[in-house]
Amino acid sequence: MGREPIKYIIPGIIAVALPFVLPGYYVHMLILVLLWITLATSWNLLGGYAGQVSFGHALFFGLGAYGGGLLFYFFGISTWWGMLVGPIWAVIVAIPIGLITFRLRGPYFALAMLAVAEVARIIFNSWTSFSNGAVGIMISRTWGGNKLPYYAIILAIAGLALYVTRRLVRSKFGYYFLSIREDQDAAEALGIPSTKYKLYALIPSVFFTALAGAFYMNYMAFIQPDVVFDLTDISIMMILCVMLGGAGTQWGPALGATVYVLLAECFRTIPVIKEVHLLAFAIIIIGIIMFLPDGIVGSWDKVSRCFARPKAAAAGAAGQYEPGPEAKEGLRKPEA
Amino acid sequence: MSLLLQALVGGLLLGGIYALIAIGMTLIMGVMRIINLAHGALMVMGMYISYALFKHFGLNVYLGIFVAVPALFFVGYILQRFIIRRVTEIETVLPETQVLLTLAIGLAIIELLRTIFTSNYQTVEIPGVSDNAFYFAGISMSYAMVIGFAGALILIAGLHFFLTGTDLGRSIRATAQDSEAARYMGVNTRHVTCITFGLGSALAAAGGILLLPAYYLYPAVGNAFTLKAFIITILGGMGSTVGAITGGVLLGIVESLAATYWSMGYQDLVGLVIFLLVLVFLPGGLQTLFKRK
Repeated sequence: MGREPIKYIIPGIIAVALPFVLPGYYVHMLILVLLWITLATSWNLLGGYAGQVSFGHALFFGLGAYGGGLLFYFFGISTWWGMLVGPIWAVIVAIPIGLITFRLRGPYFALAMLAVAEVARIIFNSWTSFSNGAVGIMISRTWGGNKLPYYAIILAIAGLALYVTRRLVRSKFGYYFLSIREDQDAAEALGIPSTKYKLYALIPSVFFTALAGAFYMNYMAFIQPDVVFDLTDISIMMILCVMLGGAGTQWGPALGATVYVLLAECFRTIPVIKEVHLLAFAIIIIGIIMFLPDGIVGSWDKVSRCFARPKAAAAGAAGQYEPGPEAKEGLRKPEA
Repeated sequence: MSLLLQALVGGLLLGGIYALIAIGMTLIMGVMRIINLAHGALMVMGMYISYALFKHFGLNVYLGIFVAVPALFFVGYILQRFIIRRVTEIETVLPETQVLLTLAIGLAIIELLRTIFTSNYQTVEIPGVSDNAFYFAGISMSYAMVIGFAGALILIAGLHFFLTGTDLGRSIRATAQDSEAARYMGVNTRHVTCITFGLGSALAAAGGILLLPAYYLYPAVGNAFTLKAFIITILGGMGSTVGAITGGVLLGIVESLAATYWSMGYQDLVGLVIFLLVLVFLPGGLQTLFKRK
């Protein structure tokens, strides 16, 4: 307990100091990394912990982005108000959607969410008088080329998302989420109102996704329905980031998001094959699901054993504890 | 009136081809109990094989079926045998891991096609077929769509005879009904699931190629077709071939009516809304409506 704060203070100081040291391009990359950490972490709360795999989180990202965008488009109000309006709007929309779709289970819930997100994309694309259609909304950046304020904001959002997830998961709610994920019928038999607790997971998840969307509007200064409601680039990438790092773990989504953004940037610098970063990422994900189905962090035991084997053999640590199948079956601790 | 008839006929022709694509998904869903989100990607892969043969060797697109369909059967078989099966046999945190795996496979295929063929829209023009139409009772019918519809009907009939008349077909149906019982009766269910996945991919590819002369082609079109196939499967009730045909024709007609009377932009919206309504209120598909009576 005593060492707990130090574990967070040191990375915190590094995170605050980094943009002052690095050149602008790297700060842009860090901003993207933090944006994706926020998205993956918030998806993980609903998908990883409560087990409700949503294929439509782009809906909430897009609503968050359009919250500020529409305020600017219709009333000329600063898009920064979108940071407040976007998430609230998205949560208000999400609650009835959740109440309806939570009746469905597993893949049917996932695909119903996908359908809802696609409906929103089509409406925003075609209903020109409401959303300016496929042309999108363009603003001028508040701070121009200066990236430091944006970095500070997204760092705060990502930190808050991670903190809220951690607090929720370590409270009574976290155990309720896990019990719904592991066996919804058993959870209900034990008196857990599953729809209510799924909503409790949905609301913060939607809030932070939309907050990231509102930030995206302010940072990129240009949004289009096909970009912010995109199935592949937003909804699916959020899921794959979580799968890479490990669903239902605190740091897995953050790791997955970091790998995703850095991979994309690395490939972009290589001239001939710059477009293949998604292909490479998809192949990595296939490999991860095949060999480490619980993600890198979620299967850390397996990963570390691979690396530790030569040393452990040398030290003669033969009696190492190997979790049997029954240990895996049981409820996982919220913190991996 | 003639506008309505025109829309209905157009929808029917399109729906027949949709049905062929959706039957592939229904078959996989019935036997393996997973949703194959790589379905549209496999379809597009078949379309690109046929397109490449046409482009480089001048092979007729319809003849490309005889190359692309066996190729996709092979691809589907390999995917199931070496990749997907691994994951169906292990415990994971999320029960949807297999579905997410097919999602990643679909993404990889689409990105691979994008790398090879770029994201540009491609069209295949067959003189006299793509740009030609005949009139029947005052309704214009495109040759490409009529040929596609007829091809889809022939393939569906062929599949029907395969499933009901051959030993392998019966094994597939037995595995779909109860895979454990089938295993006790001596059916090699592992082999059957691989065959089924190959067959489903091959049917999707055939449907895609039949659509090719009347349609345009780009890698990401696969995602739209995965969703369409899934909508049809839900409309028709899972694992039901007749249901898939009804659902396919229904979706084709609804899309065609929406495009005619509302707007092209909202064409896909109608299908999605019907899908959501059916999913929430009629989880067994449209056939529950008739059974209740």
